[in-house]
Amino acid sequence: MNLFESVGEPVLGFFEAIGEYTLFTLRTSKLLLRGRIHWRNTLAQMAFIGVDSLPIALLTALSVGMVFTLETANEFIRYGATSVIGGAAALTIVRELGPTLTGVVFAGRVSAAIAAELGTMKVTEQIDALVSLAADPLRFLVLPRVLACVTMLPLLAFLSDAAGIAGGYGIAVYLKGVSPLVYAESVRSLIGPDDVAKGLLKAAIFGLVVAIVGSHKGMNARGGAEGVGAATTSAVVVSLITIFISNYFLSSVLFPGAGAH
Amino acid sequence: MSMQVQLVGVEKRFGPKRVLEGVDIAFAPGKITVVIGPSGCGKSTILRLLLGLQRPDAGRVLVDGQDLAIFKEPDWMAYRERIGMVFQSGALFDSMPIGRNVGFALQEHTKLPREEIDRIAEDKLRLVGLAGQAQLRPSELSGGMQKRVAIARAIARDPGMVLYDEPTTGLDPITSTVIEDLIVSVAKQTGATSIVVTHQLSTIFRTADRIVMLLAGVVLGEGTPDELKASPDPRIRGFLSGTVPDGWA
Repeated sequence: MNLFESVGEPVLGFFEAIGEYTLFTLRTSKLLLRGRIHWRNTLAQMAFIGVDSLPIALLTALSVGMVFTLETANEFIRYGATSVIGGAAALTIVRELGPTLTGVVFAGRVSAAIAAELGTMKVTEQIDALVSLAADPLRFLVLPRVLACVTMLPLLAFLSDAAGIAGGYGIAVYLKGVSPLVYAESVRSLIGPDDVAKGLLKAAIFGLVVAIVGSHKGMNARGGAEGVGAATTSAVVVSLITIFISNYFLSSVLFPGAGAH
Repeated sequence: MSMQVQLVGVEKRFGPKRVLEGVDIAFAPGKITVVIGPSGCGKSTILRLLLGLQRPDAGRVLVDGQDLAIFKEPDWMAYRERIGMVFQSGALFDSMPIGRNVGFALQEHTKLPREEIDRIAEDKLRLVGLAGQAQLRPSELSGGMQKRVAIARAIARDPGMVLYDEPTTGLDPITSTVIEDLIVSVAKQTGATSIVVTHQLSTIFRTADRIVMLLAGVVLGEGTPDELKASPDPRIRGFLSGTVPDGWA
């Protein structure tokens, strides 16, 4: 393999993958625009994806909110900036940690589950069986998962925001002696509804990433148990990388004046 | 109503491997045609072409005179509603009980009430000897029972064509006989055109009205079981008697 091939092959592979994911997303979106939603499966997926992910998402956010405040409160107090402890925690959680960590939880739990389930269906001919029964796998399997992720991830991110802020409150008030009113006022003055809304928009986009990557990996699994395992691992890795990269660009666009409050 | 199915000059390649090389077959309407041949000779590919899971590289697949190549997505959906397919592995949906598996197409494509769908599913399960088992999960069934459920699912909407991919492979002789009898009785009761892909000798002789033998992607011979048993080609006679003719490998 010469230099051009060794550089060109991964680059071509990258753009090929981008093209495949884009086509897959467009085909799924077309079904949505035509209103061809399989409601029964969508509600079932919402229950599975949303409700079952709630405890781990809340626990993660609570823990991060507490640790973040534990790490920063002393510094703020030392520089006489007690009044920004709550706001700093809330701003970080609402804009970044809430959506991103919930996205990470989804990438680990939901993208893997989607890839494993659809991958198993693929290698056991269940997806071919769906086609043979005149059922569109995109409508029956993929769109419900996309809708469930796109709606449930922001909902869970919102609850995670609340859990994270509450965790910070607990540490600031009960461990660091910050007044509850000062903490609450700090939160109220430093974050606005648009911060929350933009954070949730990011969460919805991460939900789309998780569902599309998991579904695409699962639907293209090959070769039995080994193939399903590879698809599952790959779904988690690709989801995480895509979330981290897209998070930077989304934050740049959605919060262009970050830090200018 | 039974469907007329014809392959005309069909070719199919997978990478450098040529699986079908100009195959011409006219499947007799309402009859059971068994497609035989050694592993990898393109038997299952024919079923996948008929289902639209794969497209031919050349040639035409005609169903009731219509070329499948011109089908758009809605045409495929309408066409597949008239076909039943029994996969080699059964391919039952393991997320739902077997009654729901059997009633799946009715649930998705008709406005029948749940009770009516359940009744039809129960009727079909009775036909395959699994009455009263609708609540069982696929994982609770033996391989033979899974194949029977797969047959019940395939005929739930009284299709005009039923495709069987290796329906008895991996089953014990008695269960194989049960499945073979079922294939024959389903064909008689529904009048559907049946295409069975297999290399099991018992399945060939217990079910076939006609046999098509493939070898290396071409049709080696076709006819009734008796005609093929008397074929002048030693490869056909050898395959049907389970002996290895000279130069087979």
